[in-house]
Amino acid sequence: MVDTPDIVVIGGGNAALCAAITAAEAGARVLILEAAPKPYRGGNSRHTRNFRCMHRGPLGPLVDSYSEDEYFDDLLKVTAGKTDEHLARLAIRTSEECLPWMEARGVRFQPSLSGTLSLARTNAFFLGGGKGLVNAYYRTAETLGVEVAYEAEVTHLEVEDGAVVWVDYTHGGETMRVTPKSVVVASGGFQADTDWLTRAWGPAARNFLIRGTPYNRGVVLANLLDQQVEQVGDPTQCHAVAIDGRAPKFDGGIVTRLDCVPFSIVVSKDAQRFYDEGEDVWPKRYAIWGRLVAGQPDQVAYAIIDAKSIDLFMPSVFPPERADTIEDLAVIMGLSPDALRQTVDAFNATCGDTSGFKPTELDGVATTGLTPPKTNWARPVIEPPFYGYSLRTGVTFTYLGLKVDENAQCSIGNRPVSNLWAAGETMAGSILGQGYLAGFGMTIGTVFGRIAGQKAAAHAN
Amino acid sequence: MQTDLIAEARRQAEICNACRYCEGYCSVFPALHRERAFSDGDITQLANLCHNCRGCYYACQYTAPHEFYLNLPRALAEVRHDSWKAHAWPGSFAALFDRSGVAIAAGLTLAVAFVFMLAQGLRPADGMEFYAYMSHGLMVAIFAPAFVLPLLALAVSLRSYWRAVGGGGFHLRDLWSAMASAGRMKNLEGGHGDGCNFEDEDRFTHARRHFHQATLYGFLLCFASTSSGTVLHYGFGLEAPYGLFSLPKLLGIPGGVLLCLGTAGLAWLKTKADPNLGAPKVWGGEMAFVLLLFAVSATGLLLYAATGTGAVALLLPLHLGTVLTFFLLTPYSKMAHGFYRLAALTKEASAQR
Repeated sequence: MVDTPDIVVIGGGNAALCAAITAAEAGARVLILEAAPKPYRGGNSRHTRNFRCMHRGPLGPLVDSYSEDEYFDDLLKVTAGKTDEHLARLAIRTSEECLPWMEARGVRFQPSLSGTLSLARTNAFFLGGGKGLVNAYYRTAETLGVEVAYEAEVTHLEVEDGAVVWVDYTHGGETMRVTPKSVVVASGGFQADTDWLTRAWGPAARNFLIRGTPYNRGVVLANLLDQQVEQVGDPTQCHAVAIDGRAPKFDGGIVTRLDCVPFSIVVSKDAQRFYDEGEDVWPKRYAIWGRLVAGQPDQVAYAIIDAKSIDLFMPSVFPPERADTIEDLAVIMGLSPDALRQTVDAFNATCGDTSGFKPTELDGVATTGLTPPKTNWARPVIEPPFYGYSLRTGVTFTYLGLKVDENAQCSIGNRPVSNLWAAGETMAGSILGQGYLAGFGMTIGTVFGRIAGQKAAAHAN
Repeated sequence: MQTDLIAEARRQAEICNACRYCEGYCSVFPALHRERAFSDGDITQLANLCHNCRGCYYACQYTAPHEFYLNLPRALAEVRHDSWKAHAWPGSFAALFDRSGVAIAAGLTLAVAFVFMLAQGLRPADGMEFYAYMSHGLMVAIFAPAFVLPLLALAVSLRSYWRAVGGGGFHLRDLWSAMASAGRMKNLEGGHGDGCNFEDEDRFTHARRHFHQATLYGFLLCFASTSSGTVLHYGFGLEAPYGLFSLPKLLGIPGGVLLCLGTAGLAWLKTKADPNLGAPKVWGGEMAFVLLLFAVSATGLLLYAATGTGAVALLLPLHLGTVLTFFLLTPYSKMAHGFYRLAALTKEASAQR
């Protein structure tokens, strides 16, 4: 660095890049401090695939229309009302103008992916996924003169008298200090810090897998909260789903999801069922199973299916375990053969008429007299070969974050921090109290990234 | 075929099939997403469908250092190269694929020397321009078999490929659709129309697509030029040399220029691109092939420019030697990719139908 930048953007994902690009377009000199090395740049945005977008008519890849009210209703359903309406509606309303903005800065969309037709109207899919988007934004930022430092870990922001005075970070083995006029924090949640997660959730969290980047350790978040910057969101909660138990500890991303649960019986390590696998269509139940598996011994569960169901769901990243008998499958999966046999037999005995089986809708094909019941898609598991997947809890993001207003500005008490803005996952708790709506994270990141960039530039200029 | 290469490509394809983010880039992914399990034939077909545009690599969240270690362009390039060897006919020539550089260099030396000796030893008593150095009859005697035999060998190879990938019957319109795709280089457009990644990491450009098109159309024009000469010779009794405004020259000169520019451009891009996203072991052989094609066009243009000078005595054997090498090595060099690609695109068109 020859010159002191006007603006330091902490983080290198979608929200950070939207802020940096917006600020640089307004004439500010911007430095991005990205903790990850270049191949891993982009935070959790690398793993995203779409952007939920309001639109009054066909827009880009999106068909029909998706109104503000419908969008907001969809959000309310998943958050059970724990939503800041003012900020949520701001994000929703602004999303419409974001899509052309994104295209103008190199983001390219593609038709809804195979297996995701239900989202064709509401979510615009990035061609190549989130890393394609991140690459395009880095190219755009580069041409605007934005400087990017990789493996630049911010260690401390000095907050004095309601303003950030300096930013300390390490880079290339050296400790650096910059004194920018404005700071944008867009460095995600803390889910990759297993110790913090364990303190918040309990010892079970040690066995959780982290679906996204290992670089979201919440260092900056903790540093600001320590200095009384306002926080938001339940510190003990994280968004978690049930994923393939063989997934890597970090960064498994989209491919580790398993869609087999509705067509399975799911058992604990004691080979006992614990919840209605057929409660609802999978996308709607996806999130609760993370929690359910977290509640089982060793935070692990096993989905068992038979030959007739193996082709009914999206292929898995790793091939399932396979055996010709339930007992053999149990041995392969480390379960008690007798116990699994009993559970499967008990389940099979309560299955009734399966002629109404319809894999894509709630078909009412249910068990009778079983606890817990399976209320849809309940077909006996009898046809060899049998297949098994292990399931673990995969954490997507944490809710604890920085509280911001409609200007994406942070505050201490009731007073705004004059030169500190936040965008993306690190402030998403300001909008989402619980639950998650597919593609809404990228909406929050884009909308508030742009706002933060604009305000930070206006302050610096 | 090498089972380890297939197994590695299959491992990667299974990860891609669970992700699907790259669906819009090219023909490979829709074809991949149609399957749930991948036979050796499926993997071979996907490999020959892949144009190595690299869009999927730079967009992939699972490339090294990620433990999934995805590099689909490379995995498919290696299977692709291996499949050409596996289907080469006669099989004993398959090894030429791995030594393209050596084969081209040796072929050139031998072919040029051979033509030079013929031109010296069997120089006709009469004849104009280059026929003064070598009679038309002798040229036909050498080049007709050198052209037809490699095509026959390729036909046998393609039949073997078609069987291996489970290609059944196809309609003429599938072939037409394949040719339309290749003619546009649709699979190097990137789905969004911004082109492909190659010479500058994740930047999308049309450079490779355009240079390839110059090469393809230049080659076809040169081929049409020779064909038109043949027709004029046998059909109308009009013998070379042809004037500037004759069909062979009107096709041949722009063809030669395009081929020169195209191959020079492709060679230059190849020096910029990351060799690890292709099959690194055959980088040299591929480069030698591009340069051979460049030599074919460059010596052809020089030969024309030298009309009436003594340089023809040298340039004629040089040009004919490069052409002869190119023809003979067609079934055992990178040139084969065009034929396999067309077969793969035809199969894909019939599968989509």
